[in-house]
Amino acid sequence: MPHGVAVKYKDYYQVMGLSRDATQDEIKRAHRKLARKYHPDVSKESDAEAKFKEVGEAYEVLKDPEKRAAYDRLDPNMQADQEFQPPPGWDSGFEFRGGGTASAEGFSNFFEQLFGQQDFRAHAGRKASGQDHHAKVLVDLNDVFHGATRKITLQSPELDESGHVRLISRTLTIKIPKGMKEGQHLRLKGQGATGMGQQERGDLYLEMHFNPHSFYRAEGRDLYFQLPVSPWEAALGATVQTPTPNGAVGVKIPAGSSSGNKLRLKGRGIPGNPAGDIYVTLNVVVPPANTEQAKALYKEMESKLAFNPRAGMGV
Amino acid sequence: MGTSALTGIIVEETTVFTLDELSCSCGKPAEWILALVDEGVIEPAGNDKGNWQFSGHCLRRVRIVKHLEVDLGLNLAGAALALELLEEVEALRNRIAALER
Repeated sequence: MPHGVAVKYKDYYQVMGLSRDATQDEIKRAHRKLARKYHPDVSKESDAEAKFKEVGEAYEVLKDPEKRAAYDRLDPNMQADQEFQPPPGWDSGFEFRGGGTASAEGFSNFFEQLFGQQDFRAHAGRKASGQDHHAKVLVDLNDVFHGATRKITLQSPELDESGHVRLISRTLTIKIPKGMKEGQHLRLKGQGATGMGQQERGDLYLEMHFNPHSFYRAEGRDLYFQLPVSPWEAALGATVQTPTPNGAVGVKIPAGSSSGNKLRLKGRGIPGNPAGDIYVTLNVVVPPANTEQAKALYKEMESKLAFNPRAGMGV
Repeated sequence: MGTSALTGIIVEETTVFTLDELSCSCGKPAEWILALVDEGVIEPAGNDKGNWQFSGHCLRRVRIVKHLEVDLGLNLAGAALALELLEEVEALRNRIAALER
């Protein structure tokens, strides 16, 4: 990140929920609490990983009295996300020890602008052979249904000649195997870090996750979704067109069905050995009474059906 | 297309790790993996250490324990307990989701 580029200001105190006069002990305690709360392996919140990194970055600065003092010297009236350019010589008189054991990969541009690219990765593992790398990948449900070839872009820290860590991005074309489940890992031999000397390269592990689908929800190889049906389809029974990732199929709705009833389409889920199933939950949708004719039909049902949906409640 | 697409293998289904491979996959020394075996976090197949084989499912557990240790400062026993509780929470969540459907 070249100096002099405007970046978004980050309010590290706000991130940690602290006031600017917090003691080092308070900062440490806040970090412990937030790290547990947002740890990506612990939290189920979708933005947990981003929050965890943000907290890690804030702590990296605030825990270090020198960095904190330098940060505090910046304009205290800055708002989060405001365009920011460090004034010349803002960090004079401070000596940053660097190092640290930050686990976050890649701090914000704001952090890099202030403190430079950290070399916390450099001591992560100076092994002779190449390290194995890990990354998360988002794919579409359709990709594992049919198998697909996708381009993915990964950023990985690599050491340059002077021993500094830089983020290198590279694009790989990978085959997504048919039948892969959410959370499974794909191992790509020899696509990890370059080994030193004659050592072979490490492997690359990709953890698969699915982009949210507008109506399917995957669990293992099974798919779940709600199928809207009309009152007469539910009452009289019908064969209705139902979507599957392999195209529409006719599904028989038994007479006397109601909302919440489940149907299982065996073997129609994500392919594999065994293939998953599709579970359809019926959802009876009531037609709107927005015309005179529709109102008349509802009135007729009211007078002729003598139907009390609350009979089971004793009222 | 130019370059051909890379083909990987699904770790959880076909991969069996040796001790060295599993240690390499998470960037931790073999002694650390041995400690996980002693703690009962992962169970190898095979009778002596030289022939130990770890199923692909071990990868996920090993990585979670490593992250809990590094990021939250848990010790091995604490991380192993947290892992088991996390798995129990996930199983309960799935049951709730199944019951609510």
